[in-house]
Amino acid sequence: MNEQNLNPKLFEGEVEQVPTRDGYGQGVVALGEKNPNVVVLTGDLSESTRANMFQEKFPERFIEVGVAEQNMMGIAAGLALSGKIPFVSSYAVFVPGRCWDQLRVSVCYSKANVKVAGAHAGISVGPDGATHQALEDIAIVRCLPNIIVEVPCDALEAKKTTIAIGEYTGPSYFRFHREKTPVITTQDTSFKIGKAEIFREGENVTVVACGPLVYQSLLAAKELEKEGIKAEVINNHTIKPIDKLTLAASAKKTGAVVTVEEHQINGGLGGAVAEVLAENYPVPMERIGMPDSFGESGQPNELLEKYGMSVKKIKEAVKSVLKRKK
Amino acid sequence: MKIGEPQDHLGHTHIEILEKTANAIRQDIIKMLLEAGSGHSAGPLGMADVFTALYFSVLNHNPKNPKWEDRDRLVLSNGHIAPVLYTTLAHAGYFSREEALGTLRKLNTRLQGHPHVGSLPGIENSGGPLGQGLSQAIGMVLAAHMDSKKYWVYCLLGDGEQDEGQNWEAIMFAGKNKLFNLTAITDRNNIQIDGMTENIMPLEPLREKYESFNWHVLEVDGHNIQEIIDACNEAKAIYEKPVMIIAHTIPGKGVDFMEFDYHWHGKPPKEDEAKMALKEIRTLKGKIISEHE
Repeated sequence: MNEQNLNPKLFEGEVEQVPTRDGYGQGVVALGEKNPNVVVLTGDLSESTRANMFQEKFPERFIEVGVAEQNMMGIAAGLALSGKIPFVSSYAVFVPGRCWDQLRVSVCYSKANVKVAGAHAGISVGPDGATHQALEDIAIVRCLPNIIVEVPCDALEAKKTTIAIGEYTGPSYFRFHREKTPVITTQDTSFKIGKAEIFREGENVTVVACGPLVYQSLLAAKELEKEGIKAEVINNHTIKPIDKLTLAASAKKTGAVVTVEEHQINGGLGGAVAEVLAENYPVPMERIGMPDSFGESGQPNELLEKYGMSVKKIKEAVKSVLKRKK
Repeated sequence: MKIGEPQDHLGHTHIEILEKTANAIRQDIIKMLLEAGSGHSAGPLGMADVFTALYFSVLNHNPKNPKWEDRDRLVLSNGHIAPVLYTTLAHAGYFSREEALGTLRKLNTRLQGHPHVGSLPGIENSGGPLGQGLSQAIGMVLAAHMDSKKYWVYCLLGDGEQDEGQNWEAIMFAGKNKLFNLTAITDRNNIQIDGMTENIMPLEPLREKYESFNWHVLEVDGHNIQEIIDACNEAKAIYEKPVMIIAHTIPGKGVDFMEFDYHWHGKPPKEDEAKMALKEIRTLKGKIISEHE
């Protein structure tokens, strides 16, 4: 086990829960205090993206663009080309969803130092329904050259991610979530862009997860242990550039992989991991995620359950992949 | 520099010298397109006078120090008219004319088919997919405000590209925020790829559209260098609003068989056509008339 660097109360009933978007708000404020070039933009979604935390402290560096994401992405590119470090804050269905061409040409092609913060990602947005559940954002961003993609697993890591992205020079995309989710990490948990972290060591199977579902993956691993299955759990927060070494080494050690994400199974974390393993160390693999369909309204937990992103489904996928192991 | 007074040993006025520059730029556009074998003819020829006015009179810039932080910025939104930008930058001294005429659109070139920021000195934005320039210009204006910089931002737009909704998002934003140090210039040549703008998707009443979005609007003959310079100067005196200069231009200006013909929007001349075009441009004197004449 290697969970000593994680929240010690992780598996207790009263584990602290904080939305990852809070980490974004705290992160941009911390950056703003250190660097006068940090600028935050929003498209009429100041409060729900937590951009308002920056707005209150640095109104002169906060830009309200209105419901106009294409313009917002372009303005951010112009700011970045003039030496600013702009954070574009909206829902992940709109940034990058509504302005992919602007992200591609005005930002990525120009290597403009724009930071794109996609809020309300995943199906756990819940009652708003399919239109507002960003389940394709990782796929459509990670195919673009020059941009990095991050999916923090909890609010603390979201804050660390925001700060790291602000200090990194280059286009960046990161997504966070609406609902309160367990605080998995501590201040001491190591975080580095591009470095996947082994949160729990195991021998029989590797569970590669990103975002708040890292928690469900850890729970599944804990329950599987009672059945004699030792699962290694990797928090793969950086989808791009993906940590090939850690992934291939773990696959080599365990011989089977399950990926877990709140995103379409096509093109997201599962796709990225499959690409790495197919080229470096092919092993049997199963993908947990949105099964190539749109979501619907419902409570977050009901939706995760219905669309197969639950502890139970992770355990089933592990058992299924173990049967295919040679 | 006083306009209208002799500026060289031959007694030419500033405007006459600029007209000669515009003529040389037109010739180079034809030569570079012939060499490239693909690219856009009508737009670049139509904007030669505007580019000349900007780079040789209006802009505060330094070709020897392209990243000078106080420089005026020129954002080209309709990136497909890159040939006129490249030839103008070469004439201004950002890089050699040989590079401009010989490498456009060729493998490993710095002169990409559509401009790429970072590849070539003097390029402020990557552009081609239409509608993306004005937003970036606005970002540069906001950065100037935050840093208390005095530089001016110019944005060149095609007329056809204003079918794109992003332009109107940007126009709304600039009007709301009274971005006085933003001057946009619309190349009103009335053509786009599939035909005449007013048939494809009518833009008129264009002036009234900008005005209703709280812009100050000026209209000029886009082939009258004096008028273009005067309008840019007048724009600098408007403190409450961003300024849109509608430059009425003739697509393909200077080459009879290209003028007004939308078929020349997106193709280069062949060898015999280039010969004819160059001959016409060389004998243009007096056909492009400025105020002083």
